[in-house]
Amino acid sequence: MHDKFVCDELLKHISEYVDGTLREDLCVQLEEHIHSCHNCEIVLNTLKKTIDLYQGTSDMERSLPDDVRSRLFARLDLDDFIEKS
Amino acid sequence: MSEIQTNKETFSIEALQAGDRAEFARMMDHFSTPIYRLGLKILGNEQDAEDILQETFIKAYRSIENFEGRSALSTWLYRIATNEALMLLRKRKPALDLVLEDDDEGDIEPHEIVDWCCLPEEEMLSTESRIFLEKAVQELSPSLQLVFLMRDVERLSIKETAQILEISESAVKVSLMRARLRLREELNHYFGVKLDIRKVRNA
Repeated sequence: MHDKFVCDELLKHISEYVDGTLREDLCVQLEEHIHSCHNCEIVLNTLKKTIDLYQGTSDMERSLPDDVRSRLFARLDLDDFIEKS
Repeated sequence: MSEIQTNKETFSIEALQAGDRAEFARMMDHFSTPIYRLGLKILGNEQDAEDILQETFIKAYRSIENFEGRSALSTWLYRIATNEALMLLRKRKPALDLVLEDDDEGDIEPHEIVDWCCLPEEEMLSTESRIFLEKAVQELSPSLQLVFLMRDVERLSIKETAQILEISESAVKVSLMRARLRLREELNHYFGVKLDIRKVRNA
């Protein structure tokens, strides 16, 4: 088991690391730690996967249903533009 | 991370403010899908999402002349939509605390280390799993939920998310970190069980 302090430190930066916005020196520290701490490696990978899954499901989503769109245009008195999609 | 696609489209603010209905219709077509989706994810049902969608554009139509262009049009629309969603959320769950900063409840430390990344894609993206993913987001506190939806689902930038929610960029980062770690923990339990089932089956 690794130093819990180090693992907790990692947790604080993990989100920015995933976004690619973490300061470079911290990135290096984090990557060094990950190499030697299997648990943190799993936390990092499952965090990335979590974000991927949410982005994946959102990409698969359909666009606005036609009936919802029609009612929106009608509500705004813009029925005459419904055809132009 | 990429900027949201909607930023690429431009609309004539002058035309919108002059009451150009065709331009408004074009703008509505452009933004209605992400706004409907956001409402759907926050409130969790289609009727509320539709109400949010309609109210957002009614308010936008009425107040477009006051739009000063200090933020992007998309930011302005998202802000209206978010306020509508929060109002509805207050109605639905009156006990909810809707403070958008200083969210510090619950711990986010990993409790158990399970590597579920190896589960097959079709299992992680099954209808059942997707329902679980959506439910997990709805159970986050509104401050975490909104930041997560804007950043990781709608893929808005930190800056735009901060502008929409009228909080600081550092507050966005903290909420995003908490939301992500909390969701990771939820998925850990959920997919951990799936992993156990597979192991038993394959034993």
